[in-house]
Amino acid sequence: MEIDPFIFRLSIFILSIFVGYYVVWSVTPSLHTPLMSVTNAISSVIIVGAIIAALSGSDGVVFSSSSIYGFLAIILAAVNIFGGFLVTQRMLAMYKKKKKDK
Amino acid sequence: MSANLSAILYLVSGVLFILALRGLSSPETSRQGNLFGIIGMVIAVTVTFLSVGNFSSGFIYVIIFLAIGGSIGAFIAYRIPMTAMPELVAGFHSLVGLAAVFVAISAFINPSAFNLGTPGNIKLASLIEMAIGAAVGAITFSGSVIAFLKLQGIMSGAPITFKGQHLLNALLLILIVILTIYLCSTQSSNLFWILIAISFLIGFLIIIPIGGADMPVVISMLNSYSGWAAAGIGFTLENTALIITGALVGSSGAILSYIMCKGMNRSFFNVILGGFGATDQTSQSQNKEQRPVKSGNADDAAFLMKNASSVIIVPGYGMAVAQAQHALREMVDTLKKNDIKVSYAIHPVAGRMPGHMNVLLAEANVPYDEVFELEEINNDFANADVAFVIGANDVTNPVAKTDPQSPIYGMPVLDVEKCKSVLFVKRSLSPGYAGIDNDLFYKENTLMLFADAKKMTEDITKNL
Repeated sequence: MEIDPFIFRLSIFILSIFVGYYVVWSVTPSLHTPLMSVTNAISSVIIVGAIIAALSGSDGVVFSSSSIYGFLAIILAAVNIFGGFLVTQRMLAMYKKKKKDK
Repeated sequence: MSANLSAILYLVSGVLFILALRGLSSPETSRQGNLFGIIGMVIAVTVTFLSVGNFSSGFIYVIIFLAIGGSIGAFIAYRIPMTAMPELVAGFHSLVGLAAVFVAISAFINPSAFNLGTPGNIKLASLIEMAIGAAVGAITFSGSVIAFLKLQGIMSGAPITFKGQHLLNALLLILIVILTIYLCSTQSSNLFWILIAISFLIGFLIIIPIGGADMPVVISMLNSYSGWAAAGIGFTLENTALIITGALVGSSGAILSYIMCKGMNRSFFNVILGGFGATDQTSQSQNKEQRPVKSGNADDAAFLMKNASSVIIVPGYGMAVAQAQHALREMVDTLKKNDIKVSYAIHPVAGRMPGHMNVLLAEANVPYDEVFELEEINNDFANADVAFVIGANDVTNPVAKTDPQSPIYGMPVLDVEKCKSVLFVKRSLSPGYAGIDNDLFYKENTLMLFADAKKMTEDITKNL
């Protein structure tokens, strides 16, 4: 009997939860704010779905009832991707070690 | 591009996202981690373009919309002050939630574009995944909007409660399940819209009863939801990158919520059910007795600190409100010039989001190896000469250790009272968000400094 591909995706999902669990526990508490902003940025990989939706219009029809939602989602996700990664970058650049020259 | 190749590349970007989070285990590796995240995102977007393979006029519009969103995001990222990070993160969560809703709607209207069947005849599993993605996305959106409004001060931070609130929420949740079941058998678009509308309502209803100081939990929780919404959509689109990311973000937010709840010694459900502080505040203020308080000025504080050999700074949300982090670091610089040892003690729930204080101190150029977490530094208070409490309150209250009647009993607190002397910067004697009088104010060795945190810190620096 063949295994439903859904089961494979479910396996990836469950294993990723465990990976996430162990990875996030190892994040130092002082970086919890950047953690939130970076998880925010990466969850915007939902833009993948938005792009497929936006390009779903048939030939010659760019804006159909379904592709408009895709375009809207692209804007929202793009704000998040750029905003999320850049603000994380900005924050991380501020974390400095004590100068040793004293 | 073949389906197998794109699936492998999506997996690569999922792995890069894992490495992005892994990098955050120390500040040194964190910047590299962020770069991995960016590369992962670029791969995911590029692969999507190549696998759709449609470079007609629609493609140009995609690039235009991408550029519009991207420049808005970049503009916000560069302009936002660090004190406003909680609002920003709440706002970003709402966008992820809404994007998930939009993608789900689009997939529902035009399932053939996603290989999910035809309108009115969508594959059962996909329909369920879509409904879950849309519902969780909608809850994330409206919940985050409320959190944003509360953090921004547009909406009062006070909990809004009414009779039958929990019953209503429970009924609405059950209704969502019933609607999903009906949706699967009828494929009716009306049911789909109603489902989304009710989910928006639930998001709104579960966040309004939660008070301002519980925001660290709320933000973490919404972070988690945005992940589960992304994972739901990932299942619909059969996209590995999205599934991996959704799971990562979902568990990340859940862990942060857990850490925040533990920092307040409250159960997750206790926070979610809300209403904390609203009832206690009235009863406490009625029977408040007048007790003597020692108050001083900047001169006294400067004198105490000059004669100390070690000082521990305890920052809290008040420091963020007063924007006092830079003035604070200048004061510390002066202290260090006088060979006084200075360290910072951060309570897990200080501020309005996890790690909020650390970012503000980093912004003011405080080296991160001078900043310590509660467990690391709590034993040092007994050996320190001066504790300088700036904008923190409940997290220093010794009542949490002594009075089993207190609502914050059992909450881990900083042992500030063990210091030889305590300087407490505060605008007035008013109690903190929990509505509990802080015993620390009335201790023999406490000197209250009634002033704006920033102004007081600047004045102390002048007197040093």
